[in-house]
Amino acid sequence: MLQINGLKASIDGKSILNGIDLTVPQGEVHAIMGPNGSGKSTLSYVLSGREGYEVDGGTATFGGQDILAMEPEERAAAGLFLAFQYPVELPGVNNANFLRTALNAQRRARGEAELDAVQFLKLARAEAKRLSMPDDMLKRNVNVGFSGGEKKRNEVLQMALLRPKLAILDETDSGLDIDALKIVADGVNALRGPTFSALVITHYQRLLDHIVPDRVHILAQGRIVKSGGPELAHALEAGGYAAFVPEAA
Amino acid sequence: MPAVAETLDTVQAATEGGYKWGFSTDIEMEMAPKGLNEDIIRLISARKNEPQWLLDWRLAAYAVWLKMTEPEWAMLNHPPIDYQDLHYYAAPKKKAGPKSLDEVDPELLRTYEKLGIPLRERAILAGVEGADGAPADGDRPQVAMDAVFDSVSVATTFKSTLAKAGVIFCPISEAVQEHPELVRKYLGSVVPTNDNYFAALNSAVFTDGSFVYIPKGVRCPMELSTYFRINARNTGQFERTLIIAEEGSFVSYLEGCTAPQRDENQLHAAVVELVAFDDAQIKYSTVQNWYPGDSEGKGGIYNFVTKRGHCRGARSKISWTQVETGSAITWKYPSCVLQGDDSVGEFYSVALTNNYQQADTGTKMIHIGKRTKSTIVSKGISAGHSNNTYRGLVRIDRRADGARNFTQCDSLLIGDQCGAHTVPYIESRNPTAKLEHEATTSKIAEDQLFYCRQRGLSEEDAVGLIVNGFCKDVLKELPMEFAVEAQKLLAISLEGSVG
Ligand SMILES: Nc1ncnc2c1ncn2[C@@H]1O[C@H](COP(=O)(O)OP(=O)(O)OP(=O)(O)O)[C@@H](O)[C@H]1O
Ligand SMILES: [Mg+2]
Repeated sequence: MLQINGLKASIDGKSILNGIDLTVPQGEVHAIMGPNGSGKSTLSYVLSGREGYEVDGGTATFGGQDILAMEPEERAAAGLFLAFQYPVELPGVNNANFLRTALNAQRRARGEAELDAVQFLKLARAEAKRLSMPDDMLKRNVNVGFSGGEKKRNEVLQMALLRPKLAILDETDSGLDIDALKIVADGVNALRGPTFSALVITHYQRLLDHIVPDRVHILAQGRIVKSGGPELAHALEAGGYAAFVPEAA
Repeated sequence: MPAVAETLDTVQAATEGGYKWGFSTDIEMEMAPKGLNEDIIRLISARKNEPQWLLDWRLAAYAVWLKMTEPEWAMLNHPPIDYQDLHYYAAPKKKAGPKSLDEVDPELLRTYEKLGIPLRERAILAGVEGADGAPADGDRPQVAMDAVFDSVSVATTFKSTLAKAGVIFCPISEAVQEHPELVRKYLGSVVPTNDNYFAALNSAVFTDGSFVYIPKGVRCPMELSTYFRINARNTGQFERTLIIAEEGSFVSYLEGCTAPQRDENQLHAAVVELVAFDDAQIKYSTVQNWYPGDSEGKGGIYNFVTKRGHCRGARSKISWTQVETGSAITWKYPSCVLQGDDSVGEFYSVALTNNYQQADTGTKMIHIGKRTKSTIVSKGISAGHSNNTYRGLVRIDRRADGARNFTQCDSLLIGDQCGAHTVPYIESRNPTAKLEHEATTSKIAEDQLFYCRQRGLSEEDAVGLIVNGFCKDVLKELPMEFAVEAQKLLAISLEGSVG
């Protein structure tokens, strides 16, 4: 279970998160929607431990652990995964090699046996196939020359292989064509189960048609201003943020 | 840059962190008295049972050396070398060959073990009787290793396979005995004794090194590998390597260097000569991991190496690939003289500096033949307070119609206290030549590091991964086994450079 209480954070002295309260029970998928610049990505970075994000107050625990006190890689090993809004390119770094290094680093940290190259490739090929990704995506350099949609799919492939307990998907649906959207949603849904939780950040109802969330939260100006069931997303789609965020244009 | 001292490395001081292969070996040594004079040269020559012509050659080189002065390098900063305070000859004491590994000096075995040399090869290296008759392990890639343990090559492996192919791969001292006509013909033919101060010194006192001869049309059946160890206190190591590839032949030679940690600076002045005839190919790969000295500036190796390849024949090709991570200060310029028409020279280099290391590396491509082609790919990585300079010369001779060069120099900075510089010299005397130069400088971005760490990699592993990615174009030129070793080395060398 992810539990966030009164979380405040700033960048370069500028307050972005102004007291977030949010609980994602184990096994649930929650959606976060909100206007541009409201702090959605900031929340995901603070939770995953990116440098430069100052925590000014509040707490965040995952499975009872104070994640804010952990290094980013420790959070990853504890089961936290972030699908980046803007996946990063790593020139010269082979995708399969990157994924195996990451998976084995996590397994090592958890005291599990590492996978050898053959075991890993078998697994990776199977997952890539499920996500309708051509094998050669594994051979290419991480995100280099990938189209916007391929990058997002690569994020989902990584998620599928790393099998996190908590996945934060930051606008993974942006830039996807209809078919890719379905594939990505299937990738998330396949992981759904009693030990998997997700925070799905999105601007669009159409993703939530495929990944039906247990709860929907509206983030505005660094606060959760409204929470509700899946119907909240429909209301947003119809009326925009005006009803929930008076100041929003 | 004068045409002398193609390669010049020196070690002076200052790197923190553990040097993984820094250990020393205590083995009974036979040493010549300190100092350098004609008598010492006569002693070396006599110990090696050399013919008169070679002694005369050494003495002539010595006479030349006496008249030369040590080059003064602007950025070279080391205490003056007292050439009279060094031993010029050291050999492990000869006993009758041990019958089994149990009889081998345990110190020697431990050294091999720390170097990661497989057990069976250790036996061969230690000169265990009969050990080299055994067939090679089927599941290991075949690498013939001629270990230079201090000055005497302790053993040579895989000789029979090579002999069947007609390949000669042996210590150069043995080649002097067994194939004097070849040695006499080619020794000093690429790097003449009077080429530069250190080449002259090497010619006078070289004690051992490797000799390779690939006959016409033969593709050498295995990678040839030499482990250089500099091991005896105050013993200058003067290796001499000579590789001759006859018409249409191919050879890949690997040179790996590690040295034990110690207090006194050590002099290293090697000469490497490569000769390629029509359609022959020589691939020379180096992974250099010399002790860069401790944080107080103690220890480390003075390295003054002259490496030069001569594409003598038409369509011949010489490739230098190097991964340089050691030494406190490195000056190094392996070069190619492209004389044969359509001959090709390549230089692939990774130079990594950390802490207070300084590297000044590069190459020279001398285009003489028509349509000669050269490629230079240099990857410089600087971390800590280090400085990394690429310095290269591309010279196109008047006769070299249609010559082409492509140069790519990329620098990667880790942190903001380090520096990277690119200094390409171009001398073109032929208007038909085509020269291309590309240079980039980049930093490891925060978002790249975070992306990796979010996936579970430690910061150091993330840096290692990104750096290896940056070097990929060079690392892929290395033979498989070496590439793996080089990748590890790059990661180890960067430990402590972030965070
Ligand atoms: N490094 C930074 N320095 C200064 N301000 C920043 C920095 N990073 C983010 N911000 C600001 O913080 C606010 C929240 O940004 P954030 O990226 O979290 O928004 P978001 O909700 O993810 O928006 P979008 O829907 O466009 O992705 C924005 O006003 C943004 O300009
Ligand atoms: Mg965002």
